[in-house]
Amino acid sequence: MTDRWFDDAAGPVVRPYAMTRGRTRSSSDEARLDLIALVIAQSADGEGDAKPGESGIGAGHGVGHAVGDTDGGGFHHNADLHADSTLAPEHIDIVTSCRRSPQSVAELAAELDLPVGVVRVLIGDLIDADWVRVSRPVPPAELPDESILREVIDGLRAL
Amino acid sequence: MVFGRSKRGAGTASPAEPVTLKILVAGGFGVGKTTLVGAVSEIKPLRTEETLTEAGRPVDDTAGVEAKTTTTVAMDFGRITINDGLVLYLFGTPGQDRFWFLWDELAQGALGAVVLVDTRRLEDSFAGIDYFERRRIPFTVAVNHFDDAELYPAEAIRDALDLDAEVPVMVCDARRRESVRDVLVSVVEHALRRATPASQEAEPRPASAR
Repeated sequence: MTDRWFDDAAGPVVRPYAMTRGRTRSSSDEARLDLIALVIAQSADGEGDAKPGESGIGAGHGVGHAVGDTDGGGFHHNADLHADSTLAPEHIDIVTSCRRSPQSVAELAAELDLPVGVVRVLIGDLIDADWVRVSRPVPPAELPDESILREVIDGLRAL
Repeated sequence: MVFGRSKRGAGTASPAEPVTLKILVAGGFGVGKTTLVGAVSEIKPLRTEETLTEAGRPVDDTAGVEAKTTTTVAMDFGRITINDGLVLYLFGTPGQDRFWFLWDELAQGALGAVVLVDTRRLEDSFAGIDYFERRRIPFTVAVNHFDDAELYPAEAIRDALDLDAEVPVMVCDARRRESVRDVLVSVVEHALRRATPASQEAEPRPASAR
């Protein structure tokens, strides 16, 4: 706990937005990404472990994603990502991390050591280019149903 | 502008995707929020930063400060994987009132909250209690017992804080996992009672139109 949270840091705060080219909002903000929304890597065949080889999807829009053809089963890990010149290293970090397992927005921000606002923009780019999708947590104003709450209680008791 | 982009899988939740939930941990500065989160988190508490944007500028912004002022606020958070399908995140909310904007973001969709209290500085918890009361977010008041503080009975604390009867009050040790676990269970049980008003004898505001 600290109160070094602000003021001193006010200088460098804006700098991270350079990597979003100054954008503070994502083009795809239908809704602001919640901190606990899970970011999931898109895969060629169904969900789960993402594989490289998403050719052409979402091309030409958003960040101008134009993935070269790595179709077939390019299994070189993340070779497809690196082949995409429109992606910044931070984009690649996000997708790579989400390919290991779905990550919450908050976790990605902590892992990349970037402000949440920046990470939101980057994730927005990746959604536009169809590299990732986002599962929304339980919608606000709607409490999770009883069975989920009971499951949480049981799970906590077992800790 | 992006139109007509293909979004495969959008809107179709795969069963493999865990549901994520969050519980907030509020309380005054130095009351032990980070300790509490660390006691139960399966990961070393992480820290994210949020930037204070113009839209979120606090009301108490001092006059004369330029509109472009930015501020960072750090939030500590931890994670508890309940099972394959359920992950609970704990967020320590910033102690200062000037960061209300962040609370709003955090409180959205929150399952419930813990207001951590130090009996030597009871008033530090007022802001959190007010906040959750007004938004009808179920919360438990957890008195973090410091060794050098006098131990008060929970009922005395309930009176001092003027809490509704439905609000659980308990004494805890934020350093101890089992103690924190009990506090979290209490929060979720409280949320459950809210979700099932039938089991509650005196629901102050019966389910009106949502």
